[in-house]
This record gives sequence, structure tokens and C-alpha cells, in this order.
Amino acid sequence: MSKYLYYPGCSMEGSGKAYHDSLMPVCEKIGLELQEIDDWNCCGATEYLGINKLPAYALIGRNLALAEAQANGAKDIVAPCSACYLNLTKTDSYMAKKDGVDELINDALAAGGLSYEPGQLSIFHLLDVIVHEVGLDTVKKNVVRPLTGLRVAPYVGCMAPRYDYAKRWSDSEHPLELDLLIEALGAEVVDYPLKTHCCGGHMPQISPDTAYELIHRLVDYAEEVKTDIMVAICPMCQMNIDAYQNETNQHLGTNHKMPIVFFTQLMGLAFGIDEKTLGFGTELISAKDALAEIGSEKTVVKKKRPRKDKNALPMPQPLISKAPTREKEISR
Amino acid sequence: MPHLSPKTEENTKLIEYVASRTGRDSRLETCIQCGTCGGSCPSAMDMEHTPRDVFALLRAGERETVLSSNTPWICVSCYFCAVRCPQEIKIPDVMYTLKSMAITKGAYQDSAASDFSQTFVDMVENYGRSYELGLATRHYLRHFPLRLPSMAPMGMGLLSKKRLNLKPKKIQGIKQLNDILDRAKELEAA
Repeated sequence: MSKYLYYPGCSMEGSGKAYHDSLMPVCEKIGLELQEIDDWNCCGATEYLGINKLPAYALIGRNLALAEAQANGAKDIVAPCSACYLNLTKTDSYMAKKDGVDELINDALAAGGLSYEPGQLSIFHLLDVIVHEVGLDTVKKNVVRPLTGLRVAPYVGCMAPRYDYAKRWSDSEHPLELDLLIEALGAEVVDYPLKTHCCGGHMPQISPDTAYELIHRLVDYAEEVKTDIMVAICPMCQMNIDAYQNETNQHLGTNHKMPIVFFTQLMGLAFGIDEKTLGFGTELISAKDALAEIGSEKTVVKKKRPRKDKNALPMPQPLISKAPTREKEISR
Repeated sequence: MPHLSPKTEENTKLIEYVASRTGRDSRLETCIQCGTCGGSCPSAMDMEHTPRDVFALLRAGERETVLSSNTPWICVSCYFCAVRCPQEIKIPDVMYTLKSMAITKGAYQDSAASDFSQTFVDMVENYGRSYELGLATRHYLRHFPLRLPSMAPMGMGLLSKKRLNLKPKKIQGIKQLNDILDRAKELEAA
């Protein structure tokens, strides 16, 4: 049983409810114990930092201070939302530089009777914990209903692997963690080079045309590579692609119908938990047809590789099938 | 001929000012104008100036042009530029600095962007957590009333699937949080 302090973030109580609902039974299966940080507050998303920098850090600092006080041995925080994860790690790493920012943040925290010593906690994204700490072997052991035949696009989004202040991810642009997890569930991972491109973030609220274009690119490519379902690791990504897809269609005259669910929902499905418990059906673009593909025999005609040209330059090797280990220095 | 900012000392030191406000290791002054940032940016097509342009304008002291540009507001904070920048400039952080400068000066005209940030901040200061339904209704009614018909099905869908809370959740330590934020604002103004 691994124990973690849990920072859910606001979306888990609202738009990302399916993420929360699927995470809880999955945790039970893989032996992950989450202890919620008492009375945590919003991380400020990408909004607060653009208004006032120091208050934004203080806002995040309160969560770190509360977590540190509650830690009691467990020194690891896990956040399921990529934006929350980024903000927590960013504040922790900026404070750890000890260049004066830490003192200012602690001065502000003292007004509420709190303090935080940077570096006291390790902050993880949920996917990172499941792949690297719990381990894929534990995941595989729990699979009772392999998702054979389901073609999944691993959509990581931007804020988990970038900026990667704690240097945890296998790559900042093409990380493999999600691919490996999906593979462990028995599903087929489609080659999806847009995996860490932006979902639009807050653009649906600020510049809708920008958002429509970004959502269109992601979904259009997924369709081109015959994806049955996209899988997200962040509530904001899921929300943008799911909820704004129809509006995108209306504006661009497209006809996209690409379902997107959370990776924990697919894990639960492979673990034999029923769909309703996992929050299936709460997505606006229904995943029903995609789930019907599970167990189907696909007749995907593999393209013949062109004969190798002896004079050609050496090409990058195909994807490795094993996650790079922590010990190995991963260069950007 | 575009309008040029006067060559006051304040303007000629603009890049140093933005760099210091961003943080000691923003590395903003080290920009070599390679353009990797704009080439990596997913929303550059909607920006009035690419990030590279912005840095050149900062160096030239063109305060008004930079602060009225939509660039920092169209930045999606995806950090592609940040991980690719050969000079390791903290580009998203620079964009945040420019946003807050533009708000202080009242320079940016399209209020949908800055208002959204402000509305979000108001919700957080009132409740301690984000309140999606309140945020969305207030924002869309004010800035995108014409989008409401095309958005109605989505709103209804989210509501019927219980993905929007009807009431905001208030944290217990809301007073503590506001004490902290007030102190932080004092310190920032100092």
C-alpha cells in the first residue's frame, strides 16, 4: 500500500467528476492510498499568475503549507490535474532556489499562520505515480478484461510533461508513460505525435477561434489514424475536447465525433469494474461505440515498409517498449 | 509608420524592467532572436506579434505596442517554447508579467481576456475554489452573448450529467486565505 497526500483540484468536483469516480475504485485495486489535503484551495490555474504573481504563488503556497503540516511521514503529494501539478511543482521549485521569493511567500503565508519549507514534499502527477511508483506489473496483474482491439490515442496534453520542474518524465514532448499504460491494459496505442500539443487551455473563454483550431487539429489527426477513443490525463484537456467539440464542428463545418475519457476510466474497465461506476456516460461525445470495439478483430492492413535505401541517412529507432528508468539521466 | 514610444529612460530600460519583474533567472535579455518560440507556438497564428517579435519590441523600448498586443493573452501556457528555447528563457513567465503590466496600465483593449482572469480570481478569492458554473455564466453573458445559443446544448449536457455544480463550494479557511493574499498583494506593491 503506497500512501500519498492527495490534491484533487477544483475540476475533480465538477467537470472532471468521471476522473474522480473512476480513480477511487482503481486506487483500491492497485493499492494506492490517497489522503486528501484538508481544506485545500484552488491552484489559480493559468489565470492568477497573469494578474498578480506573488499572490498567485501564495495561493499555491497555502496548499503546500497545509500538506506539509498534514504530512506525518508521507511526503509525497499526488495531483490528478496537470495544471494543478504544474503550479504546485513550479512554486516548490521556485521557492527552492532561495533567491528571495521563498521569503516573500513565507511572509505572506505567515499572515495566515502558515509556513512552507521548499523541497519538503515531492509532487507527482497521478499518471507518473501509477506508471513509475505503483508500476506496470501491478497494473497488469489487475487486468481481467484486456481492452483488445480498442485503438487508443494517448493524449498527454502539455502541462504534465512540461515544464517538468522535477525532471520526472521520459520526455517533455514525446513522453511514453501513457503509451505504456494503455499497452498494459491490452489496448492498441495509435501513433499520435500530437500527444503533448495544447487542448486550447482557457482559449474557449478568451479567443474561441483559437480554441476551435486547436481542438480541430487534435481530433482531426486522431481520426486520421483511425482512433476509436482518445484518453486524457487532465480534466481541462478532457473538458475542452469533449465539451467544445460540437461547437468546433459548427464553426469550422467539420463533423468530428471523437470520444475522450480519462485514463483511469480505461484502467477501471480493464480491471472489470462496471461502466457506470467509472463515470462512462458522462462524456458529451458518447464513448459507447468505441467501447463496442473491445474484443473485436481489427483488419487493419499494415503498410509494407519500403525497402531500405543503402545510401539513406540513419533513422531514429522505433519506440522502445520499456520505460526509461528514473536512475537514467533523461536529457531534454 | 507605426507609432513609436518616446525614448525615455523608462522605455529604453524596458527589457531590464520586465526581466527583473519576471524573476532573477528569466534570462529574457539573452534572446538571440532565433524564432524557435514562435515556430513552436500552437496559437502563434492568432497573435499580433510572435514571442520573438515581442522580445525585439521590448529591447527597442516599444512599451505601448507590447502592452497593447494580444500576444500574452493568446499564449496558452503550453511551455513548448520554454522547453525548446536554446537560451532557456522562461517565456510563459514573461508572458504572465506582460499580462499583469497590461492590466495595471489598462493598456489592453480586448477585455474578454483580462476579464476572464479577473473573474476567475474573484471566484477564488470569494470561495477559495473555482466555481465553473458561476464563472462561465458571468463571463459568457458579458462577452459572448451571441455564442450562447450554440453553447446551450453543451451547458445543458454538462448540467444533466452532473458535471457542473449548482452551488459554489467555500473552503473553511477562506479568511485565512484572504489574509495571506492581502499580505502578498502588499508585498508585491512594495
